[in-house]
Amino acid sequence: MQVGKPILYSYFRSSCSWRVRIALALKSIDYETVPVNLIKDGGQQFSKEFQALNPMKQVPALKIDGITIGQSLAIIEYLEETRPTPRLLPQDPKKRVLVRMISDLIAGGIQPLQNLSILKQVGQENQLAWAQKAISSGFNALEQILQSTAGKYCVGDEVSMADLCLVPQVANAERYKVDLTPYPTISRINKALLALEAFQVSHPCRQPDTPPELRA
Amino acid sequence: MKQVPALKIDGITIGQSLAIIEYLEETRPTPRLLPQDPKKRVLVRMISDLIAGGIQPLQNLSILKQVGQENQLAWAQKAISSGFNALEQILQSTAGKYCVGDEVSMADLCLVPQVANAERYKVDLTPYPTISRINKALLALEAFQVSHPCRQPDTPPELRA
Repeated sequence: MQVGKPILYSYFRSSCSWRVRIALALKSIDYETVPVNLIKDGGQQFSKEFQALNPMKQVPALKIDGITIGQSLAIIEYLEETRPTPRLLPQDPKKRVLVRMISDLIAGGIQPLQNLSILKQVGQENQLAWAQKAISSGFNALEQILQSTAGKYCVGDEVSMADLCLVPQVANAERYKVDLTPYPTISRINKALLALEAFQVSHPCRQPDTPPELRA
Repeated sequence: MKQVPALKIDGITIGQSLAIIEYLEETRPTPRLLPQDPKKRVLVRMISDLIAGGIQPLQNLSILKQVGQENQLAWAQKAISSGFNALEQILQSTAGKYCVGDEVSMADLCLVPQVANAERYKVDLTPYPTISRINKALLALEAFQVSHPCRQPDTPPELRA
């Protein structure tokens, strides 16, 4: 039922979009990007057209196999089930749960507390402190968890969905000037992942909608 | 993570409710909590993530403490109605008897507790007829009753069913 390439609705700087871009790159899935600027025109995600496509008025959304889906982790799990190689989730349920736990910690416990929408609500003078608090609280827990789960990457030595969540969140941490010294495991893993091609081609500085001054 | 729930099972201790539920699904697969068809599974996960990642974290105790007591109600109501606006729209195309088709799924496990939060924070549910209908149907099921907050070992006497 495939009609042309999958289409990814993405914003270059959206950490959630970056997660999906990494997954598509790792699985060598060729796709088209339709940029959705979260700031221009009051936020293009609020347009009627985009809302019809994705009622959550958020990026990323992926149009694939005749369906349009939102929520980065739901998208990634769909890609995993329909394009299973290379794996993004280990085979062993006791390792899979660790990957999901770490992914949910980041995607549910950190990012939503420091996304554009929330930061708008807390007001400009409070934004930096709020974002820093959300990220450091989460990273405190994550650093501790990684002590027992990490090998080369978040869970053992294979790249997993947890790693797809980690790198964009570290980029957000850097953006909001969070001191990463308390998080040596997070930093080490982030560095190792950024050396991989899929994390580079999907990087915010290399997207069709990356502004010229931020381009790699 | 200094949060509940955490489950100690099969020699491991795990946190994050959806990760726990997916683990239970993989190790105790019947009855199913996720459909077999990947195109339906993704809908279940999308709805679950919308609630568990997009609504609840924005109105949990920890956040409400940060926004300050005088702002709490408005903040919680905004988080929940924004999310419910999107959810109601999505359910128009996914729902049958329950959130996705006619089988209880992980999405339904997320819906009922979130509706309870909505009621707690006095969110007007009139704009959300599909959410309300599904919530009512689910609350009639035994699993949703025995697990209800009013029936737990730590339920305070004045809130007990």
